[in-house]
Amino acid sequence: MADFLLWAWFGGIMIAAIAGPLGSFMVWRRMAYFGDTLAHAALLGVALGLLLHINISLAVVLVCLLLALLLSTLMHKRIIATDTLLGILSHASLSLGLVALSIFDHQTIDLMGFLFGDLLAIGQQDLMWIALACCVVLIILIWVWKPLLSITVNEELAQVEGINVAWMRTLLMLMVAVVIAVAMKVVGVLLITSLLIIPAAAARRLSNSPEQMALLASLLGMLSVTGGLALSWFYDTPAGPSVVLIASSLFFLLFSFPRFLRAS
Amino acid sequence: MSKVLLCAKNLGVKRSNRWLIKDVDLSLEAGQITTVIGPNGAGKSTLVRSLLNLIKPTCGDINAMKGLLIGYMPQKLKLEDTLPLTVSRFLDLGRHKQHQLSPQLWHNLLHECRAEKLLERPMHQLSGGETQRVLLLRAVLRKPHLLVLDEPVQGVDVTGQVSLYNLIGQIRDILGCGILMVSHDLHLVMAATDQVICLNQHICCSGHPEQVSQDPAFTDLFGPQGAGNLALYNHQHNHHHTSHGDIIAGQHHKDCDHG
Repeated sequence: MADFLLWAWFGGIMIAAIAGPLGSFMVWRRMAYFGDTLAHAALLGVALGLLLHINISLAVVLVCLLLALLLSTLMHKRIIATDTLLGILSHASLSLGLVALSIFDHQTIDLMGFLFGDLLAIGQQDLMWIALACCVVLIILIWVWKPLLSITVNEELAQVEGINVAWMRTLLMLMVAVVIAVAMKVVGVLLITSLLIIPAAAARRLSNSPEQMALLASLLGMLSVTGGLALSWFYDTPAGPSVVLIASSLFFLLFSFPRFLRAS
Repeated sequence: MSKVLLCAKNLGVKRSNRWLIKDVDLSLEAGQITTVIGPNGAGKSTLVRSLLNLIKPTCGDINAMKGLLIGYMPQKLKLEDTLPLTVSRFLDLGRHKQHQLSPQLWHNLLHECRAEKLLERPMHQLSGGETQRVLLLRAVLRKPHLLVLDEPVQGVDVTGQVSLYNLIGQIRDILGCGILMVSHDLHLVMAATDQVICLNQHICCSGHPEQVSQDPAFTDLFGPQGAGNLALYNHQHNHHHTSHGDIIAGQHHKDCDHG
């Protein structure tokens, strides 16, 4: 089998592993729309990276981090309902990214690759970025697991018990931003959120504890990546959408599972 | 013995040009149960939340004892259905590394709250009363100096209310902690209280329950019917009201004239 397939699989597996716990938090805290907004902004990061001649991954991480901070400030100020704010920023940044990218020659950039991912084009350098980001996020997640869970259950209770809620919330957003930035390669900006949300949602049916759900989400994500790549290899389908399609199928399969096999 | 745990001076909270609470002075002491009562919208929750440092007061000072540990029982717990969490995991989240109840005491409390059988149940399958008891357990878990309970008996039937108030009294005796409780329900609460604060934006009257029930400001706030019911209760400690809803409902009272 070809090397590039192995790289693609490695990259996808790492992303899926970290997407499990992080995606679970996004499901628990209803952050799906927030994830979409960050993902769309990633395209702006690509444009900026090309314009300023800096590493694209780095530019994407920076733009996502900045937007995450901006969002958390704006949400805190409550200028307008959060979902409206996200709706505006999400599509404004997507459009800005698309307009900015249109400056470049169509031959030099692969717009479809950015939008829907180009898993099979993952190189060694991308793999290193992914590995680094996943390790850092995993370590932070393990380190702050309990306070993060605590603010997810009830923010006021957590604050009275001495947890710095604002800081935890920001940290979670930053982690999501980092993972989105590196996951862009795998499924593209339009599909990233699904890789975070769908395995976690599918795992809910089978789990009795938060840790179980996070772990199971990782496994389901890895299964989706493997299945999606296989689909892409044998039937020549686009890799990113194939992965998402397998994940969705798993979700519906588990959703219609017989009741007695489910957890409460 | 009576150590001041938390005191507030001249506390005021203003939101969109309206004072939610104003000129509130209070002091909470160890071993004392303080109950804040008042009609809906009187600012009871605002007061509690500003004392807990959850909202920033517009003016005034709050002084807390050094190292004050607070156990808080919120009015409601909204839990996402997507989060699988058993009762025992929920309780674990509130544990404090150093400050803990002795295992013996913890088992007693579990027993008193009839919660032993709940431990392995998922949080979102609990009934209203069960949730309240679990929330109370989480609040006392860290052996707090001060227990803050925002409408602890909400969604609990009358018999359950009496036993819950008894339980709260017991916890005070065992831990020697101060308790701040919010209620809009008059008669049940009074028996177990050392200090009543009657709130309607500002403090209308405060003091010992019997003293407060004689206060004209109190009658103004709750209407003669409500106040009368309270007096009735004071005479007949053992009788359980079944129509407590009537007492508060419909009593459209005048605001305090100094408000």
